[in-house]
Amino acid sequence: MTPAPPPALLEVAGVSVRFGAVQALDRVSLSVRRGEVIAIIGPNGAGKTTLLNVISGFYHPSEGHIRFEGRDRTRLAPYDVAALGIARTFQNVALFKGMSVLDNIMTGRLLKMKGSFLLDALYWGPAKAQELEHRAFVERIIDFLEIQAIRKTPAGRLPYGLQKRVELARALAAEPTLLLLDEPMAGMNVEEKEDMCRFILDVNREFGTTIALIEHDMSVVMDISDHVAALDYGRKIADGTPDEVRTDQAVIDAYLGVSHV
Amino acid sequence: MIYREAGQFKTSYAADQAVFPIVQDRVVVGAFLALAFVLPPALASEYWLQAVLIPFLVYAMATVGLNLLTGYAGQVSLGTGGFMAVGAYAAFKLTTGFPGLSILLVFVLAGVIAALVGIVFGLPSLRIKGFYLAVATLAAQFFLIWLFNKVGWFVNYASSGTITAPPRTVMGFMVTGPEATAAARYVVALGLVVVFGVVAKNLVRGRIGRSWMAIRDRDIAAEIIGVRPLRTKLLAFAISSFYCGIAGSMLVFLFLGSAETQAFDINQSFLVLFMVIIGGLGSILGSFLGAAFIVLTPIFLTNAPHWLGLDISVALQKQIEVMIFGGLIIFFLIVEPHGLARLWQIAKEKLRLWPFPH
Amino acid sequence: MDLLYAVFVGPFRDMVTAPTFLAEVLIGGVAAGLMYSLVALGFVLIFKASGVFNFAQGAMVLFSALTLVGLMERGVPMVLALGLTIGVMVALAFAIERVVLRPLVNQEHIILFMATIGLNFFLEGLGEMVWGANVKRLDLGIPDESFMAAGILINKLEMAAAATAAILVGVLAVFFQSTKIGRALRAVADDHEAALSIGIPLRTIWVVVWSVAGLVALAAGIMWGAKSGVQFSLSLIALKALPVLILGGFTSVPGAIVGGLIIGTGEKIGEVYWGPLVGGAIENWFAYVVALAFLLVRPQGLFGEKIIERV
Repeated sequence: MTPAPPPALLEVAGVSVRFGAVQALDRVSLSVRRGEVIAIIGPNGAGKTTLLNVISGFYHPSEGHIRFEGRDRTRLAPYDVAALGIARTFQNVALFKGMSVLDNIMTGRLLKMKGSFLLDALYWGPAKAQELEHRAFVERIIDFLEIQAIRKTPAGRLPYGLQKRVELARALAAEPTLLLLDEPMAGMNVEEKEDMCRFILDVNREFGTTIALIEHDMSVVMDISDHVAALDYGRKIADGTPDEVRTDQAVIDAYLGVSHV
Repeated sequence: MIYREAGQFKTSYAADQAVFPIVQDRVVVGAFLALAFVLPPALASEYWLQAVLIPFLVYAMATVGLNLLTGYAGQVSLGTGGFMAVGAYAAFKLTTGFPGLSILLVFVLAGVIAALVGIVFGLPSLRIKGFYLAVATLAAQFFLIWLFNKVGWFVNYASSGTITAPPRTVMGFMVTGPEATAAARYVVALGLVVVFGVVAKNLVRGRIGRSWMAIRDRDIAAEIIGVRPLRTKLLAFAISSFYCGIAGSMLVFLFLGSAETQAFDINQSFLVLFMVIIGGLGSILGSFLGAAFIVLTPIFLTNAPHWLGLDISVALQKQIEVMIFGGLIIFFLIVEPHGLARLWQIAKEKLRLWPFPH
Repeated sequence: MDLLYAVFVGPFRDMVTAPTFLAEVLIGGVAAGLMYSLVALGFVLIFKASGVFNFAQGAMVLFSALTLVGLMERGVPMVLALGLTIGVMVALAFAIERVVLRPLVNQEHIILFMATIGLNFFLEGLGEMVWGANVKRLDLGIPDESFMAAGILINKLEMAAAATAAILVGVLAVFFQSTKIGRALRAVADDHEAALSIGIPLRTIWVVVWSVAGLVALAAGIMWGAKSGVQFSLSLIALKALPVLILGGFTSVPGAIVGGLIIGTGEKIGEVYWGPLVGGAIENWFAYVVALAFLLVRPQGLFGEKIIERV
C-alpha cells in the first residue's frame, strides 16, 4: 500500500484575478509540495508576477482559494501573509534605497522582533540584547551570501546583481517556509547566475525552504527545479517535471508562437 | 592626523552598533555635553541665553519631532505648528488646573496629549500619501489654531487670548514665570533636549526606526515583508507629535513666557520644515544643525550689517532672511538633499585624511 | 435636542425662508470659487505638464500682482505695465526652469515639492523687498459696486472676475485637450525621460508651461487684488487652492473648476449658515476639512485618475 502523498504546502485552487477588463489569471490551480523547487515559466504578460502577488496577499483573487499549510488564507493582508512564513523578492528589486545593506536585511527580521517601546527608547537590556541577537543571525546570512564587504553601503548605490543578492538576503532573514523569487537572475551574466543558482539550491537543501521562482532562462529551470508550471495568457498550460514540461506541445507553441492560419 | 581611527577595531556587534563607535567622538561629545550644562549658565550673557540658546533648544526639539515623521517615516507634515500648540495649551491647562504637579511632569503629559491628537490627525495617512497628506495636515494645522482661538476654555477665559506661564519651580529653582532666570530655563531646556534626543536616537537605530524607513522608501515592499503600515505610521505621528508638543510647551514656558495662537501658525510649520530640510532629512544630528542654522541666521542678519557699517531696516532684514531661507532650501535640495548633516559627514571624512587629499 | 435642531434643521430653514439672500450667498460663493479655480488652474497646468506640484503658485500670484501694481504706482500706464509684468513673469519662468527645475530633473516628486516651497518663500521675500510691504490698491476701472437683478444684489467686480475666470478656464481646457502642444504636455507630465526620448523639447515646454502658469497667476492676482487689495494674504489664498485640487484632481482642468465652485460655495454657505453656531471664522479650516473627508473616501479626487500601484 503506497503511503498517501504529503499534503501540499501551498495550494492555489481556481484562482482568477481581473484588472478591469484584463483577465490576468484565469482559474489557475497549482500545488506546491513542501521542500521542492518549483519554477513558473511563461511568456511575458502571462500572469506569473500576478500569481506571486496573489500568493503574497498583494492582490485578492476574484475567485478561487489559496491554502497554505492546510489553512485557507485567500483574503489575508500582505503583512499577515508574511507572518505566516512566506517571503519574496521582486522583479524590480524593491530594496530600501535609503538604508544600508545591513539595515535592509535587518528589516527582514522585523517580524521576529518583539518590542517593548519603552525599552527600545532606552536601547537597554532586553531591547539591546534582542537587537544584537538579530544582528548575529543576519551576519550569518551575510556570510552565506558572501556580501560582507558591502554591509554598510547604502543599498541604492549597489550594482544590480548585488542588489538582487541583498534582496534574497532580506527574504531569507525572515526564515521563511516558502520563498517566492520573481526573476532572481534577470540581468545577470553567466557567472552571477551560477552563483545565484548555487545560493538558491543551498537554501533549499540546507534549510529545507520551499522555493517558487519565476524564471526565463530555460537552462536554469532545467537545472535546479523539481517541478515546473507554465502559464500563458493567465492560464496554466503545463504542470509537471522539467522534462515533461519541456516537451509539452502547448509550451512550445506558447514560446515559439504558432500560426493561427 | 587629527581624526585618525586606525587601530580602533570593533570586536563585537555591540561596539559596531554604538552611536559613537570612535573614541574621539565619544570623548568630544561627552565633554561638550558636560560643558554645555555648566558654562552657559555661568558665563553667557542674558542676551545669548534668551535670544540664541534657549530658542535653539526649543526648535531642536520640534525639528527632531518633525524629522522623525517626515525624514524617517516619510510622512510629509505641515501641521507642526498645530501640534506644538496642542502641547502648549495642554501644559497651560494642566499646570493651572493642578498647580502642585511638577512642571517637568506637566511637559511630558502635554506631550502625551499632543501624541494622542497626532494619532487622530495621522489616521488619514493610511489612505493618503505624499503631498495629499501634506494637505491633510494643513487641515490639522488650521483647525487646531481656530479651535484654540475660539474656545475660551483653553486660555482660562483670559480676555487677552494669551496663555502665560505661571511661576513654577524645580528642586527649589524658579524655572518658569517672570522670576525665572534665563540660566535656569536654559538648564531645564537642555536637560529635556538631551534626554529626548537620546531617546530619539535609540528609536531610529532600532526596529522602530527601520520600520519607519522601510515605509518611507518603499511602503508596498515593506508591507509585504511584514511591516504593518497603519501601526507604523500612527506610531510615527504619535511620537513626532509628542516631541512637537513638548517643544510647544517649552516655547511658551521656557522661552516666550506667554503666547497667543499666532506663535503656532502656519509659518511656524514651514520654519520647522525648513530646519528639517536644511539640517538633513532622516538625521538626528541634522535636526540640531538645521535648528541652529535657522535660529542663528536672523541673529547674524541683525548684527552683520552693523559690523559692515551698513544700516538695514528691520523689514528689509526680514525680507532678506525669508529669501535666504527659500534660496537655501532650493540650494540644499539640489546640491545636498541630505543637508548639513551630510556636509558634516563629508567634513569628517576630510578630517580623517588630512593632510592628505585623498 | 436644541443642538441637533440648530445644526440639522435651523440653517436649512434659514435658507428656505430667505431665498434671495441664499442666492446672494451662492453667487458670492460661485464668484469666490471661480477665483480659487483660477489659482488652482495654475497648479494643474504645471502638474499636468511637468509632474511638479508647484507650491509657489501662490507666491507667483502675489508677485505678479505686486509687480503690476508697483509699476502702475510709479506712473506706468496700465497697458504698458501689463505688458511689462507679462514679460517679467516669462523671465521668471525661464529663471525657474534654469535654476530650480533643470538641476532637479528626475528627482522624486516630494523633493520638487519642497523646492517649490523654498521658491514660494523666496518670491515672497523678493516681491516684498522690491515693491514694499504695504497693501496696495489695484484700480481696474471696474467699480466695486453692486446692482440689483431680479431682486438679488450682485457685485460688478465679482461678476467681471468670474467672467474672466470662466473664459480663461475654457480656453485652457480646449488647449489641453485638442492642440498638439497640449498632447505633448500630457506626455511630459507622464514621464520626463520617455518624452525626451521621443524628441519633445523638455526645456522649451517647461518654460512655456511655467510662463502660462505665470500668466494665469497674474490674472488671478489682478482679480483678487482688485477685490481685496494686493497684500500678503494673497499667498495664503494659494493654500486654499489645495483643497480645490484635491476635490478636482491634480490633473484635470474641468476638475479645477468644479472643485473651486464646490469649495467656494461650500465655504460661504458653511460660514453664513453654520458659522454663527461656533463663533464664526469657519472659512479658515472648512475647505481643508472637506478636502480631508474627500481624500478618505476617494483619494484621487472627483476627476483624477485612479492610482494603481504596481509591485
